[in-house]
Amino acid sequence: MRASWVTALGLAGLLCAGGASGQEITIGVTMGTTGPGASLGINYKNAFQLMPNAIDGVPIKYVILEDGSDPTAAAKNARQLVAENHVDALMGAVSVPSTTQIALIAEETKTPLIALAPVALPPEKLGWVFIVPQPVPLMMGAVVDDLKSKSIKTVGYIGFSDSWGDLVLKALKQSADPAGIKIVDEERYARADTAVTGQIVKILIAKPDAVVVGGSGTGGALPQIALRDRGYKGPVYHNHGTINREFIKVGGAAVDGAIAPTGPLMVAEELPDSHPVKKVAVDFDQAYEKIFGAGSRNAFAGYSYDGFLLLKAAIPAALKAGKPGTPEFRQALRDALESGQAVVGVHGVYTQTKSDHIGLDGRAVVLAVVDGGAWRLLKK
Amino acid sequence: MNLDIALWLSQDAITNGAVYALLAIALVLVYTVTRIIFVPQGEFISFAALSLASLQAGQVPGTVYLLIAGGILVVAADSVGLPRAVALQRLPGRLIRQMALPLAAGGIAWWSASRPDDLWLQIVATLAIVTPLGPMVYRLAFQPIAHASVLVLLIVAVAVHYVLTGMGLVFFGGEGLRSNPYSSLSFNVGVLNVTAQSLLIVFASVTLMAALWFVFERTLYGKALNATAINRTGAQLIGVSPSFSGQLSFALAAFIAAISGLLIAPTTTVYYDTGFLISLKGFVGATVGGMASYPLAVVGSLLVGFLEAGSSFWWSAFKDSLVFTLIVPVLLWRSLATPHSEGDERQ
Repeated sequence: MRASWVTALGLAGLLCAGGASGQEITIGVTMGTTGPGASLGINYKNAFQLMPNAIDGVPIKYVILEDGSDPTAAAKNARQLVAENHVDALMGAVSVPSTTQIALIAEETKTPLIALAPVALPPEKLGWVFIVPQPVPLMMGAVVDDLKSKSIKTVGYIGFSDSWGDLVLKALKQSADPAGIKIVDEERYARADTAVTGQIVKILIAKPDAVVVGGSGTGGALPQIALRDRGYKGPVYHNHGTINREFIKVGGAAVDGAIAPTGPLMVAEELPDSHPVKKVAVDFDQAYEKIFGAGSRNAFAGYSYDGFLLLKAAIPAALKAGKPGTPEFRQALRDALESGQAVVGVHGVYTQTKSDHIGLDGRAVVLAVVDGGAWRLLKK
Repeated sequence: MNLDIALWLSQDAITNGAVYALLAIALVLVYTVTRIIFVPQGEFISFAALSLASLQAGQVPGTVYLLIAGGILVVAADSVGLPRAVALQRLPGRLIRQMALPLAAGGIAWWSASRPDDLWLQIVATLAIVTPLGPMVYRLAFQPIAHASVLVLLIVAVAVHYVLTGMGLVFFGGEGLRSNPYSSLSFNVGVLNVTAQSLLIVFASVTLMAALWFVFERTLYGKALNATAINRTGAQLIGVSPSFSGQLSFALAAFIAAISGLLIAPTTTVYYDTGFLISLKGFVGATVGGMASYPLAVVGSLLVGFLEAGSSFWWSAFKDSLVFTLIVPVLLWRSLATPHSEGDERQ
């Protein structure tokens, strides 16, 4: 009995594999819509509902597997997608550790990977990896520029006690040191903390001109509420992980005036018409909010969508070089991805070349401010 | 560091410690009566806080459906193993008994969702949703294995924790919620800015502890629980049903967790998985009392509160590590201070 089941499963597997090697492009995705990354993962996954099922008349199949925000499961999924589904490209994942794991597999199996979160690997190991999100230093650089323009000299920092808190602090220091801005206090907290009184009291003693929060999503609200409760009047800055409507819902009046860097899509309508990203971003926001409700736009769905746009721009050239499902196609897809073609996404203009697999510049970052219960473009 | 800061931190420590103390008491209660380390307690905290926030947003929380589904499962579990005729004959009575509370809670929740400004109704609805989940969890997950070893019970408790966490994610989504403050009053006492909110937390904790003391010392049900905690077999011989004590202790624990959830809901952002970490701190407090003493559990929880407040001021990056490291010296001290007997595992 058991043997016949195994045979049946094996046959089914062969049939699936056979289907994939025809004239159809298969994109393998691993996502964490449960576990610690769930609040981001759900948004990442939503964007796949907006992606068309064909490019240039060639059907596209998305195989989306769940990894529970667990790097080991993400790696297992990536192996399965490559070995059993014979995918032409990988996409994922929702956290730095998970994405780093699948980047190693992409490199080993020579499968192009569109990384939807930053990857913690040196550039020489990223031959097959193309990164969508803005690097943290680019984002925090925009924050420091704003600090400079307001003649702020001292900053207090409070961030998550995890790798995100470290990344934001490191990027902040990288831009703040040359600008002569001093970080007078560094504090940490956890998303599940019920209070941050101790940390806030210590920051207030250091009397910084401004405070930078290294949290993400609604988790960024707690320090700002505590700061305002204790009567802190200075500006409070956040990072690009914080921007969503839930942050404002949770923070209420206390987060009014909060400033954060983000991709252009969050405030697309308010951008000047000359901004190169405006049209694509407005179209995306409208399509997304039609399905998921007004105000549901978010940076993470935008990363998934930009990943798709990168593939879409590269696929026509790759189709000329080989049939989907073959190593030649994957090689040609990689070459097309790093051909230096300018791709306009919802987060910025990507110009990915052999030496730069991110390819974003200042056009990929704007500053947003909470004004009257919504994120608005910060006018300089 | 001066007196002002010490006062600020102490205020914070006492407010947090009061919540941990409530949870520690519930953990000790469940452990002494059923030998279960009540890992899923944290989920009841999250469920309560998030249900309240959902009701305030005018939505019927998903926990209502969990409650109704749980009621149906309990009826099914009670009917398994009976001859078909008997099962069918008892079915209507069982349905009425098991489903009355969930359906009533659902009704209150539905009514409350249409009145987003009625705070008392929201509190009643939240308590009515979360409290009956406790005995349901006991009936479905633990009653069939009530005589298993402590380790097996712990493993099942961890499994229940994961199931409930997953459901929390489905019901409330991955982002956190915060409910409206009960009162925005605050007044200055010297350098301290005391909020009505923090006074409410301390007041509610002390009242609940006093009420629990009264239940254990002065009521028949409380004494039955106490008897089971002291000697399971003996209690059974004098007519205390172990299943009943188990369900009652879970109901009390769920009620305490729900109250804690209601208390913290307006002070912090609660996520579907926040409760676990909070109840873990209650657990550290409870181990100070060896999972057996209520007063020591309260002392331990306040200790956790002070340690947390102090470390958040001096070494905020290591705050949680320090709080959870407290368990090592405590266990060392307990294992040296208390005589160890081999028969502890099975009473």
